[in-house]
Amino acid sequence: MAEVLLKIDGIVKRFGGLVALSEVGLTINKGEIYGLIGPNGAGKTTLFNVLTGLYMPDEGSFTFNGQNLFRAKPHVVVGAGIARTFQNIRLFKEMTALENVMVGRHIRSKAGALGAVLRDPRTMAEERAIRDKAMELLAYVGITEVAHEFAKNLSYGHQRRLEIARALATEPKLLALDEPAAGMNPRETEELKALMEKIRASGVTVLLIEHDVKLMMGLCDRIAVLDYGKKIAEGVPEVVRRDPKVIEAYLGVAHE
Amino acid sequence: MNTMTKQPASAKKVATFVASAIVLAVLPFIVGGTFGNSWVRTLDFALLYVMLALGLNIVVGFAGLLDLGFIAFYAVGAYTFGLLASPHFSLDMPFWITLPLGALFAAMFGVMLGTPVLKLKGDYLAIVTLGFGEIIRIFLNNLNAPVNLTNGPQGINLITPIEVAGFSFGKPHEFFGITFNGVYMYYYLFLALTVLVVIMAWRLQHSRIGRAWVAMREDDIAAAAMGINIRNIKLLAFALGALSGGVAGGLFASFQGFISPESFGLLESIMILAMVVLGGMGNIPGVILGAVVLTVVPEVLRDVIGPLQMATFGKMIIDPENARMLLFGLALVVMMLVRPEGMLPSKRRKAEFEDAKEGV
Repeated sequence: MAEVLLKIDGIVKRFGGLVALSEVGLTINKGEIYGLIGPNGAGKTTLFNVLTGLYMPDEGSFTFNGQNLFRAKPHVVVGAGIARTFQNIRLFKEMTALENVMVGRHIRSKAGALGAVLRDPRTMAEERAIRDKAMELLAYVGITEVAHEFAKNLSYGHQRRLEIARALATEPKLLALDEPAAGMNPRETEELKALMEKIRASGVTVLLIEHDVKLMMGLCDRIAVLDYGKKIAEGVPEVVRRDPKVIEAYLGVAHE
Repeated sequence: MNTMTKQPASAKKVATFVASAIVLAVLPFIVGGTFGNSWVRTLDFALLYVMLALGLNIVVGFAGLLDLGFIAFYAVGAYTFGLLASPHFSLDMPFWITLPLGALFAAMFGVMLGTPVLKLKGDYLAIVTLGFGEIIRIFLNNLNAPVNLTNGPQGINLITPIEVAGFSFGKPHEFFGITFNGVYMYYYLFLALTVLVVIMAWRLQHSRIGRAWVAMREDDIAAAAMGINIRNIKLLAFALGALSGGVAGGLFASFQGFISPESFGLLESIMILAMVVLGGMGNIPGVILGAVVLTVVPEVLRDVIGPLQMATFGKMIIDPENARMLLFGLALVVMMLVRPEGMLPSKRRKAEFEDAKEGV
């Protein structure tokens, strides 16, 4: 029996009168690649923002790794072990690639203002450890050569990789990627797929939003489908693909 | 290989350090000897403003929070010192209590300002901080009734000069047969504390905390999503910025011997902000340069404009005091048009301005 990592139930999120998520529930097991698909405006990114603490859900429950994260602040969510990337890349543009990843180490390090000013041995050791770990992660995603470039000067594919490295720096148990393959050419997509397999093999669970259904079918262990803020299907790709409700949502209903 | 390339660099560093230490040590004598003691006084003020500008730079330059009421922390530091070491309450506490206490109070006021404005950004934040600065000044102006706390617009007089082991900074002293005026003593005291503030700001900038500030300034949502506690890191910026302001305030009170609410007006806040912006927001050498230039240039103009008019036109066309501010304002406008990133911008800021230009 697979071990449950994340479980949400009955999540409701409203924006004024608009119900963006209506009683969505799903469970993600440890070690799997879990996909979230659905047509435009189905509420995928909204659900993502709820899971990463950027939006406060109105109702429901949210537990992660045995910890209650319902309406928790983003930094608490990151501390619990959920890290994310953004659909429209949000790097710290005028920081170098290395600095971006070093920011990701913030939550796993402690030095305060006093330590920063006094530069005691412990702070210095921690600072070195932050830098080393960041360099290691840049190597892990394969962009060591641009470590000292401003993030904004990186190529699109490198920026995507940098965002993943920055998220990995927080030592997540669950890595949530919002459309990581958007705008990538087939070769880059293949490389990204390999990177995700590598991340999963290192013991990190992956949650993935993606438009590219073909990519999802080949990569994910399980998939959930959202439509109009509701979960309409969940399961292994082969089953979900044949679900009439899913076909309807993507292709529309046939009219007589 | 790495150590070999590093060796000459550090030798050059040491040489620069020694050279600037010597220049800073003899500067008051050169200035005082050539132009008179009033110019040493200007130097003292330049150092005070460097401390203030570096404090504000933590808030505006590092954390990206626009603060138009920064002078309030200077006022808190100054009044703490003034009230605890003057005949007003018949207290005479030593500076090593009043100065840290002033800094601590200022930091507390920083948190007090920071807490309600946590959710505000940009223009809205600027307006609230502006109001905060004015509130402090108006309080100081009016807290003389029903209980006389601040002595109102008359201010606090006869504040004790700083005294270390019986050595008063307020009186002239004689060393090696030369008489040193108080302004010389204070110069070295201010210099020492300025160096401390510079080290503090520099080390904060290149630390985990400094990185978190930059990250927050660049994109607060991404920063939060990376696990930075935005509330704490913002309050820390307000508190540490205010701390430097409080130290400068305490020094100002003991140096002047007199403080009144007049010294802590909106114009002062704006001047300090101008120092930060003109010098190069976020870049410590730039901010120091900005503070020195904006303190010294108006004083130079004061001395130059009158005689210059007499020499060229044979009569006074514009009152020197007005002409001074006119020229000064014009210089600020031109500077912002020609070089909006400041005199010595940081690499990061420069990149931001390039972005803005490309956007047009």
